[in-house]
Amino acid sequence: MADLQVSVVSADAELWSGAARQIVARTTEGEIGILAGHEPILAILAQGEVRVTTTEGEVVTANAADGFLSVDNDVVTVVAGDATLV
Amino acid sequence: MGAQLRVYRQKIRSAQTTKKITRAMELISASRIQKAQQRVAASTPYARAVTRAVSAVATYSNVDHILTTEAEKPTRAAIVIFTSDRGLAGAFNSQVLREASELRTRLENEGKEVVHYLIGRKAVQYFQFRRRESEAQWIGGTDSPEFETAREIGQTIVDKFVQPTDEGGVDEIHIVYNRFVSMLVQTPETVRLLPLEVVEGVGEADTDAPLPLYEFEPDADTVLDALLPVYIESRIFNAMLQSSAAKHAATQKAMKAASDNADKLIRDYTRLANNARQAEITQQISEIVGGADALSSAK
Repeated sequence: MADLQVSVVSADAELWSGAARQIVARTTEGEIGILAGHEPILAILAQGEVRVTTTEGEVVTANAADGFLSVDNDVVTVVAGDATLV
Repeated sequence: MGAQLRVYRQKIRSAQTTKKITRAMELISASRIQKAQQRVAASTPYARAVTRAVSAVATYSNVDHILTTEAEKPTRAAIVIFTSDRGLAGAFNSQVLREASELRTRLENEGKEVVHYLIGRKAVQYFQFRRRESEAQWIGGTDSPEFETAREIGQTIVDKFVQPTDEGGVDEIHIVYNRFVSMLVQTPETVRLLPLEVVEGVGEADTDAPLPLYEFEPDADTVLDALLPVYIESRIFNAMLQSSAAKHAATQKAMKAASDNADKLIRDYTRLANNARQAEITQQISEIVGGADALSSAK
């Protein structure tokens, strides 16, 4: 299965980027899980964590309150003004 | 004659100490430019992501948002001026203030009342000296801008824009800042921030692929509502970072010119001092010769 290209971006730096298998984020509507081949989506993130499972099986957790998430062609961008890695 | 020589030596010493200071400032700002440029580069992914998202929503939804609608008859406009906290940067602050006052004249000719928002101590001093009013000021953080400040400024102006004009709101918001073009060139730039015209390419335009047909969650309007203020903040943050990089470059240039001038002064005064010393010696010799002559003829 193809991988997702993920980058976690805050206002003053790109915090993390790499290949991932799965992403779980909490939007204003509820939790959303993203795998490769997901349709393009633009979602507003709610308070909560974004969990990225890398291809090696590691889990990277980021705080990205009040940001947004965009998925397009297996490229995922998690954007928040003051995102932090946990 | 001895007095003359002393004066020249004093001037040389003074130029030498000044040169030490300007040289140090030059080196400091040279190292800070690098850092400021790195920060501009580091904030580019964010600006790009935000811009791309905003243009995606704007393209695929019926944009009819308060932040993008133009007032029918604009009567008040706000100018946000980005200067620095410190001077000694050549024309850096004066060129941006001149640009702002030109913009103000233009807006006033169009029949709009102008209010100002000031960033940087230099702008505040400029306004204080001329007893002009300003709506709000931010000082103390221009050397290394914080995103928090950008967010605060963004919120303030968006609130002002959303307010009805007869209650003190504004219909247009312009920003004036120095853009970092290169180490040698910093140009003042005016951008109309609100009402918004979404332009792609805050940093470099990357129109490599057409925008995908996004699904919005919860829906396009809510996403746009959330994104537009973020977009404004990111534009303001970008302006602050650009301005800070430009400031360091301008300081470096100005301080280099000052050091070079000090070098020239030192050289010129050294010549003059040598002249004076030589004249003094010549005079002493002729006095001695004259005295000896007088003595021998008296015998």
